[in-house]
Parts: sequence; structure tokens; C-alpha cells
Amino acid sequence: MKPFRKINSRVVPLDRPNVDTDAIIPKQFLKSIRRTGFGPFLFDEWRYLDHGEPDMDCSNRPLNHDFILNQPVYRNAEILLTRKNFGCGSSREHAPWALSDYGFRAIIAPSFADIFYNNCFKNGLLPIILASETVDRLFNECNTGYTLTVDLVEQTIVTHFGETIHFDIDPARKHRLLNGLDDIALTLRHAEAIKAYEAKRAVAAHWLFTDLK
Amino acid sequence: MTGITLYDKLWNEHLVCVEPDGSALIYIDRQLVHEVTSPQAFEGLRLAGRKPWRISANLAVVDHNVPTTDRELGIADSVSRLQVETLDSNCAEFGITEFGITDPRQGIVHVIGPEQGAILPGMTVVCGDSHTSTHGAFGALAFGIGTSEVEHVLATQCLVQRKAKNMLILVDGQTEQKVTAKDIALAIIGKIGTAGGTGFSIEFGGDAVRALSMEARMTLCNMAIEGGARAGLVGVDETTIDYVRGRPFAPQGSDFDKAAAIWRELRSDADAAFDVVIEIDAATIKPQVTWGTSPEMTLPVNALVPDPEQELDPVKKESMIRALQYMDLKPGTHITDIRIDKVFVGSCTNGRIEDLRAAAEVVRGKKKAASVKQVLVVPGSGLVKNQAEEEGLDRIFKDAGFEWRDPGCSMCLAMNADRLEPGERCASTSNRNFEGRQGYGGRTHLVSPAMAAAAAIYGHFVDISGMAEKTPRVPTNPASANVHGNKPKLHRKAKPTVATAAKAKSVAKPKEQTGQQGKPRATGKTQATTPQPEKGRK
Repeated sequence: MKPFRKINSRVVPLDRPNVDTDAIIPKQFLKSIRRTGFGPFLFDEWRYLDHGEPDMDCSNRPLNHDFILNQPVYRNAEILLTRKNFGCGSSREHAPWALSDYGFRAIIAPSFADIFYNNCFKNGLLPIILASETVDRLFNECNTGYTLTVDLVEQTIVTHFGETIHFDIDPARKHRLLNGLDDIALTLRHAEAIKAYEAKRAVAAHWLFTDLK
Repeated sequence: MTGITLYDKLWNEHLVCVEPDGSALIYIDRQLVHEVTSPQAFEGLRLAGRKPWRISANLAVVDHNVPTTDRELGIADSVSRLQVETLDSNCAEFGITEFGITDPRQGIVHVIGPEQGAILPGMTVVCGDSHTSTHGAFGALAFGIGTSEVEHVLATQCLVQRKAKNMLILVDGQTEQKVTAKDIALAIIGKIGTAGGTGFSIEFGGDAVRALSMEARMTLCNMAIEGGARAGLVGVDETTIDYVRGRPFAPQGSDFDKAAAIWRELRSDADAAFDVVIEIDAATIKPQVTWGTSPEMTLPVNALVPDPEQELDPVKKESMIRALQYMDLKPGTHITDIRIDKVFVGSCTNGRIEDLRAAAEVVRGKKKAASVKQVLVVPGSGLVKNQAEEEGLDRIFKDAGFEWRDPGCSMCLAMNADRLEPGERCASTSNRNFEGRQGYGGRTHLVSPAMAAAAAIYGHFVDISGMAEKTPRVPTNPASANVHGNKPKLHRKAKPTVATAAKAKSVAKPKEQTGQQGKPRATGKTQATTPQPEKGRK
């Protein structure tokens, strides 16, 4: 996993609450058996005027110029600013895969759906929760030239106007993200504890270990 | 000392160790696997040279991509076919039990797990699917995860988790006739919002919940995620135990009795403290219809489409305007004046035998409205399908002009060929009315199975609570008993018969009439011995 430390980037303001994972990456793209290649289909139904299908060449598709992501000035932006409950709905990790594949590194919102929030950390994507009023303010300040600096080590966002905003993050998640650590390898350090737990459970509740044949 | 909530009990029971930074390693008893969210997880295992930690903890099934007609012809869409074949080959390679497309037990992952007894009270259950919350109906801690976590569970049988907060939703009183678990779920989401349960595990209690069958409890917990909660829970009682008894992967004989004694403790202590308690009067809940593009945009069927101009919150107002535009609805329209093009009965929310019975009850002897283009009835599993056919439900649907299909997720999310065309409007028993969910440009109204069936007959939504005939809460047809365990408790039990697919034939016995069956919820308590755990609150 790609470590996350500090970025400075333009900010795309996506002014909608409850953006669901069906909107982030529609179901037809979930048929892929790969982890990559979802970026061109990010927000597909909002971004294009036609109906997208996997393996389409998106460079020739008709763009919805009203959709914020299609404004050329935001082309290389790495920070998404949005409203509450971002990532609600389906557990599809294809949503963070698509955001990450597109080039986003951080998402700022007043709240995120739990499963999506969790999935972000597995993919080097930093979801930042800020107070609703702060998000309101960022939306007001945010224009096409607006940039933010996100520093995970310091847990700060420095605005275009030099203001520093602190954000909270779980220390374990921060550590893993800063170092791009492999969760499975970390868990397997506890292999003996897992085996001991299983041995105890197999005595107390052996029906939990029924062979499903 | 303050008592402990069911969620906290389940959490404590599965704690393997706690890291110095406070994150916990939780043991996972069961992982359900389907074709959409698992290929990259298996690939990850292979790339790292890892093996599944405990193969028998996993049960796999194909459901999202499978066609619901002409299965013998295979899957026409080559991308879908590859995904299904990838699950087949991954399960073969790693030795995981899979119900393949031709297995009579195949069906929606959240239907087949409980049906087979692969979900037991007290388990931790995960799946790469948000509707894993369904299994909380068993007093199991069940939640959806992403693909990286699917791989994590395959490799370690554990997950790194942070503990959720506890919410109790008490639904007390008696619901009106024809108000179902789906209506209760939508009414709750309408009240708390789609983010209301974020960060919480929601336990559902109160006598209206206690009175629900296991299938109805599954519907309720299934929708917990639409209220933002990864996990929904219902404490164990005799309804739970009766449902599990005799299922193929459940413990048998004296083992079952031993297990059941442990399971009966799986409920919140009477003095358990919840972070949030929400109370809802069951009697106030009407049949629900969603009008917008989020499950929280729900209203009683006798209401009017809301006016964004009345909304003070600018962000909310803007999303209402967007939703009405997408749904092509005008403020002030009577919900019952909304005409529909298609109807979908099925999904992990409402694809079980009781759901099909409820729909059939409305349809019996009637015909689909001429203006309705298509009505799909998609059973949740092969065994549900068999059962419905034994009860003659398929004939009722076909005679009405409905299409009787093979089991799968189908038009809940339209990954197979079943979908809405742009602009089409659907009465759907599924769980999400997001833009494009049931097909590009499609418009979804979420409803209960009986409401969907009524909409198919009339061509628009109708208030079924106003209908004259009384829909029995429990089946009165002797042939309709028990294979799937939705056993009215006042009847003698028929022998459960889902031991194997090959044996999945009903041997239901005619039920003994006790004279009390029409109102099983009237007492408010299911069993004299059932403790009432929902009293504790802050």
C-alpha cells in the first residue's frame, strides 16, 4: 500500500450529501476481477452523458460539462471536499479503488459511512472528518484556484489562506497509513493468540467449527 | 453494576487480543463469500503465497451476476461469466464449499446462509457485502466488509476493529395489519436518516420486534445498513432457536440442546446501558413508499410527495430538488397517484418464502395492470423457489402475468440482465433507491412485498391497509408449513427438511388450529420464558 504523509493539491468541491458507492462506481464495473482500472469510470453516471460499460474507451465519451470533475482546472486535484455521509450504501471496495485510481489521495467531509471509511485506509486514501461548520467554510472559500495542504504526521490541514485546521484520526490507522503497512502481516504476528483462541472455542462451542460439506 | 448489551457480549466473546494502540483483533466464525467482492481477495492471497486460515469457516455462493432465466444456456455476458467462473475456480483451488449456479441450494448469500444453518446465534459473521447485517437477526454480530478485509479474514480468520457504540431502537405496541418488517425498517430510517446509525450497532427491541418471525427480523436487520449501522441485532428467543433447529449445518441432537442453552443468554441485560435509545410506536407506522433517491426519503403511502420549499436546511433542500428531478415527481402529488412501469419482488431484503406468500396473497385471482410492463418475482434461493412451487405460489404469480424466475440478486442491483431502462419507474422490494441502482436512469420506489404486488395489480401505489380483505399473518394453507423454519409458534412443528438439497421436499404436516394463530403478536410476548431485555436505557 502506498504510504500517505503530506500532500498539497487543488480541491474539488462536490457539493452533495449522501454520495453513495453506487454513484461513486456503478455496478457494471464491479464485474472486473482486478483492483485497478476503475478511475476512468469514477462517478460514471454523473461524469458522462452516455451509459458506461466496462472496457469502454472513456476518452471519446460525451462529458457532462456541468459535473465539477469535468472542469479542466480540477484535472489533477488530489483532494475531494464533500458533504455528510459520503460513501454510504454498498460495501464495494471498488469505490475507494476508483477514487484512488483516479488520483484522489484525501477526502474531506463532515462524516463518512462506516464501511467506506474503513475501506479507504486499506488503499492509501485518507478520509478526513471535520466539523460541519468547518466544511461549510471550506466550501465557501473554495474556488477554482483553491489549494489545501494535508499533513498526516501533524494531523493538520493548512488552507489556502494559511489557516491551520487540526483533524483527528485513530492512532493505529494513522500509523498504518503513514507506513503503508500490510495489515495481514501485522495480524499474523498474533498467530499464536489466534490459535489459542480457537482451541478454547473449539471446546466451549465446537459446533462453530462444523465442516460445511 | 451496569448490565452488558448484546453487542458488547458478542464483542467480548470474540476478542483475541487488544493492541497497545487500542485496536482490537476480533475472531470471525463465519465468512460468506460471493463472486463480486472476492476475486481480488483470492488474488491477494495467491500473490502473497498465503493459504486460508480455516477453510471450513467460509461458505461461497454465486448470486449477483447469475441470470434468472435459461440457466442451462449459461451466462451470456462474458464479463459476468468470467467473474462467476473465477469464484468457481478459487473455491476449487482453496477447497471452499461453494453453491454453484446449478446447485439447488444456490441463492442470495444472505438467504442461503441462514437457510442452511450456516449462521448460528453468537457467531461473528462477515461478507464482502453491506447487507451482511441481515444475520444480526440471529443474535450474531454480522457486518459487511470490503475486499481487503475479505482477504484479511481468509488469511487470518480475524479482523482489526474498533468497537461501535450501542443504539437501541424500541418498537413497542402492535402494528396495523399489513404493516411489515420492511415498513418498520423504512419508518425507522425515515426517522433516524441514512447516517443516523453511523458508528453504532443497532439492537432492535420492543414487543413489535419480538413478535416478528425470523424472516421478518432478517428483513429488519438487513436494512440496518441503510440507516448507517454496519450491524443490526435482535436478541435470541425461542423464535430464533426454533428457526435454527434441524438445519443442515446447525448442531444436532444433544449438541443442539447444549448450544441452545448458551444461545438463550444472547440478549442485552435488563439494565444494560445504551448510548442512544430511540422509541417508536408501532401503531403509528403505515405501509411505506420511498419517493426519492435515498432510503430516508420515505413516506406513508397515504402521504403527498414533499415540497423542497418547505425545507429549511439548504443542503437537504438541494438534495430533495435533485431527487425529485431524478424521480420526475412533483411536490404535492399523492403517492397513490404515482404510476409504475415495472415491479420487482425479491432480494436479500424480501426474497424469502414469507415475502412471496405475502405478495401472492394480494395477487391471488387477479391480473397485472395492462400498463405495467413487467413484474419479476425472484425467489431468494433454490429452496425458497421449490417451497413456493409446492405451495402453488408460482401459479398465482404466473396466472397474474408475473414472471417467475430463478434465484439471485437480480434487479436489486441489476448486475445481471434484469434491469430498468432509463426513465422506467419500479415498485421494488429491494433495499436501495439510489440513482441508477436498478438500471441506468431507472427510478426506484422501495416498498414491502404486499405493497409491490398491489402496485402491480393496480398500476400505481395503493394503500393496502385500507383494503377490505384481511391478510393472515401466518399461512393458513396446510401445505405452506415450515420447510424454511418460519414456524408459527403456536403450531406443532413440522420436521425441518433442508438437510440436503436433494431432500429439500416439504414434509409439512397440516397444522393444528389452536384458535390463537391469527394474532400471534397480541400478547406482546412470544414465550412466557422469554426475558425482556430492552428495559435498560440511559
